[in-house]
Amino acid sequence: MENIRVLFSQGFIIRALVVGIMVSLCASLLGATLVLKRYSMIGDGLSHVGFGALTVAMVFNLAPLQVSIPIVVLAAFLLLRLSESSKIKGDSAIALISSTALAFGVIVTSLSGGMNVDVSDYMFGSIFAISKNDVYLSVALSIAVIILYVLFYNKIFAITFDENYAKATGTNVGLYKMLLAFLTAITIVVGMRIMGTLLISSLTVFPALTAMRLSKNFKSVIITSSLVSVVCFFVGIIASFNFDLPAGASIVMANLGAFIVFWVIGLVLKRE
Amino acid sequence: MAQLTCKNLSISYGNNLALKDVSFEINSGDYVCIVGSNGSGKSTLLKGILGLIPRKAGEIFFDKTVKSGQIGYLAQQTNIQRDFPASVYEVVISGCLTKRGIKPFYSRKEKDTALKNLKRLEIEQLMHKSYKNLSGGQQQRVLLARALCSTEKILFMDEPINGLDPKVAQDFYALVKGLNEEDGLTVVMTSHDIGEAMKYANKMLHLDTSVVFYGKIEDYLSSDISKRLFGGHSHGKH
Repeated sequence: MENIRVLFSQGFIIRALVVGIMVSLCASLLGATLVLKRYSMIGDGLSHVGFGALTVAMVFNLAPLQVSIPIVVLAAFLLLRLSESSKIKGDSAIALISSTALAFGVIVTSLSGGMNVDVSDYMFGSIFAISKNDVYLSVALSIAVIILYVLFYNKIFAITFDENYAKATGTNVGLYKMLLAFLTAITIVVGMRIMGTLLISSLTVFPALTAMRLSKNFKSVIITSSLVSVVCFFVGIIASFNFDLPAGASIVMANLGAFIVFWVIGLVLKRE
Repeated sequence: MAQLTCKNLSISYGNNLALKDVSFEINSGDYVCIVGSNGSGKSTLLKGILGLIPRKAGEIFFDKTVKSGQIGYLAQQTNIQRDFPASVYEVVISGCLTKRGIKPFYSRKEKDTALKNLKRLEIEQLMHKSYKNLSGGQQQRVLLARALCSTEKILFMDEPINGLDPKVAQDFYALVKGLNEEDGLTVVMTSHDIGEAMKYANKMLHLDTSVVFYGKIEDYLSSDISKRLFGGHSHGKH
């Protein structure tokens, strides 16, 4: 308990918690659609693009979020386009772009004096990485993502379930898919500060997969995955603080734990 | 006055012309069956009408009674994922989206429409079940209920009984025929089973890249094309 009291008395921890909860919510909302539409790897690809953008921002001493958001949003539209073109298969296209962006980021860092603490923070995430100014922007962006998701929830469901039907009955499928790509891009950029480039995609994929072990309808997948995501974030942060572990990795481990628990319960329920 | 007019429609995949110069009119209350061999362009025609694939030339228009997007569509089942966590109710009410336009949430009216169609197709007891756990016949009814939420005017079906066992397929056809006769729903269906289709349709569209025959079933049976197919007998079985 003492540890936890200390935890909540630190300004940077409070900041990380606020941003983390918001990002966990955003990621879990979008996660269900990304998983079900087989877009899981888009999150991964975008985080690598985000890393490339962040290194450039760092070298030129620019504000990290303001530089990376437009770049990652553009990359999201590009990835969406690519994943639908038949010439290069979607997943290999994403792999091409993400490894190129990562390579670019690594070269930029090495030219500018090699890996320093900041770069390592971006790779693996750090709760120290968020400055006061970033908090306001991160929270505002997360709230915008949540509001847009809720407003377009029914359309997103229809497109996730049966894209052709939505298109045939006059829904502007292309527009809503761009919206999804846009929301995903913002969530990834905001979340990668805490989770790290290499781990952020787990925040979108894990809670949705966990919820799908037990949920029978879409709404309960969304609600369950939001709860799982926030709880796992808390557990991960507390573990990270208590045992001096990296935050992103601890959160991923908490998610793995939740996934196993849900999976086993699902198996037991099916057996009965 | 035709409800749906298709004028000189051509569609191609790359350099292959899948449909060439197809023209026809469908009236309100018609039950049109589109037949033809594999690769004759049946599915392509439906997808072209629905705007799912781009057309190379030609025009398609609905009359004023069919508002933009207010059509029903039953695709061949393959494109819906097996592991999708959605309840029957969620699937059915998603058919009402078209009528919502930009407004975000469903109102009482859409909820009532969804319930009405669940009852009409006798699947209200499945309402809270997961779509993925239903049998093929039940899933098809759910998709039909969704289509009825989108439209009261015109329904398109692409090989709707694919993968259903014969008894379930019969029930399904009877259900659609009922909607056609009692509610005046226009039905446009593709099928590779001419004999079966002729029991229910009143018009036949025989396709082989272009229109080979279009008209009433009776005229089709006495036409040269059907004589060649059925060897001069007009029993409607092959």
